[in-house]
Amino acid sequence: MSPLLSIENISKGFSSAGRQIIALDNVSLTIAAGETLGLVGGSGSGKSTLSRILLRLVSCDAGSIRFDGEDWLRLKGAALRRKRARMQMVFQDPLAAFNPLATVGTVLDDPLRIHGIVARDRRPGEIAMLLERVGLTADHANRPVRALSGGQRQRVAIARAIATRPSLLVLDEAVSALDVTVRGRILELLVDLQKQQGIACLFISHDLAVVRAVSHRVAVMDGGRMVETGPAAAIVAAPQSAAARALVAAVPCLVTDPS
Amino acid sequence: MSGIFCSLRQFSVTYARGNKAAALDRIDLDIKAGERLAIIGESGSGKSTLARALAGLLPDGAKVGGEMHWPALGHPPRPGRDFGFVFQDPGTSLNPLLTIGEQIAEGARRHLGLGWKQALIRAEELLGRVRMPQPDKVLRAFPHQLSGGQRQRVAIAAAVAARPALLIADEATSALDVVVQAEIVRLLDGLVREDGMTLVFITHDIALASGFVDRIAVFRDARLVEAGPVRSVLSAPKSDYTAVMIASHRDLSTPPLIAEASP
Repeated sequence: MSPLLSIENISKGFSSAGRQIIALDNVSLTIAAGETLGLVGGSGSGKSTLSRILLRLVSCDAGSIRFDGEDWLRLKGAALRRKRARMQMVFQDPLAAFNPLATVGTVLDDPLRIHGIVARDRRPGEIAMLLERVGLTADHANRPVRALSGGQRQRVAIARAIATRPSLLVLDEAVSALDVTVRGRILELLVDLQKQQGIACLFISHDLAVVRAVSHRVAVMDGGRMVETGPAAAIVAAPQSAAARALVAAVPCLVTDPS
Repeated sequence: MSGIFCSLRQFSVTYARGNKAAALDRIDLDIKAGERLAIIGESGSGKSTLARALAGLLPDGAKVGGEMHWPALGHPPRPGRDFGFVFQDPGTSLNPLLTIGEQIAEGARRHLGLGWKQALIRAEELLGRVRMPQPDKVLRAFPHQLSGGQRQRVAIAAAVAARPALLIADEATSALDVVVQAEIVRLLDGLVREDGMTLVFITHDIALASGFVDRIAVFRDARLVEAGPVRSVLSAPKSDYTAVMIASHRDLSTPPLIAEASP
């Protein structure tokens, strides 16, 4: 079976103040349907640039991407817009990711309407269903997004992302801004959604402990290159590259017995 | 080192505008001279309000109740001289128009009575102490030419330039990636030990703090939930909230939430 997503030899450079910076250097990865790939790396390793290229928010200099059986980077116009429903995004800062004046209902209504997911008269029911799916209630639909807590907002962002019934979710530092007690519940929600709906995830974070919690496989980036990929357990137990070793060593542990 | 550096009794802060609820509600807490104290809390716990109150950085119109004493100093601490403050985002806490050397030397010149030349020598020495590569070159650089981790090293060097007795770090590592975060924590730990400074380390990450502080104070919804030595708070938390916070911690030995692919 061919993978759901296959990124091949993507390269991208930026020029900044006359200097040429290589953000991505021949990066390749694959994600199978229903699989979570954790993408981990330090600041400036290129992971967010990769996610932006994948989402067609910026173009790349070289390489190709196959997604859901299509040449993803060649898609344009209406065909691209249609296909975007299959790949959705959850951002780090859910307040910046929403129209500040929007209510929860309108945030969820937009994708349902734009992508023609359900008929107009069935949309309120679908919105209620989506809210319940992410652990909120139908009453939340009338509340402004601003009035929600950070955790609730991220639940709405996830509801919006799954509204179009995607086969791939791209989550870029999606739990990094949340309090730890809230973070655990959002991670559980993601795993739950994946089990029930078979959605594949590209889960991007600098925190290997969080990546490890939800990922089947882990890919490690450093300086614009993919330096290591493998099953999450193997990378945590025996990191091969310097970057992976540094990430493993940097995870803070609860020290109950300081010496 | 058993003296009390700062003592808070029934200390409360209420911001004037909008929200009438107290940001800090009747806090009783002592900061001991020479200790490393972590203030732990999530969003809205009041931990940053505490940092600002200690530093005298509360906005105009904030209402303060209760008492705050500085027995070791005998007077409110002077910024830069008696305490240094490291903010979360070194991108905004450093002056974009001054060279790195100027902003570090400023504190040394003002408070240690050095001339510019000697102050710049001290700045270079401090850059070495915060393990900045090529301190002589960095002295002439501007903040935008450095990475986030490097900027935070500069902010720390500037904060300790006048040899303050107290260092307050408010989420000083939260904007950095985990690898850089671990380096900065090691650096703070080393500096504080070498100079015998008192450290108030404010963070949402109880595990990060547990690795190097002496005592932990847990805040929630403007109240102090509990305070005590790291070992007793972590192994036998008195409050349910602290227990939940400890249980929510994830590290690499935490069982994953998914069934993994076989290797």
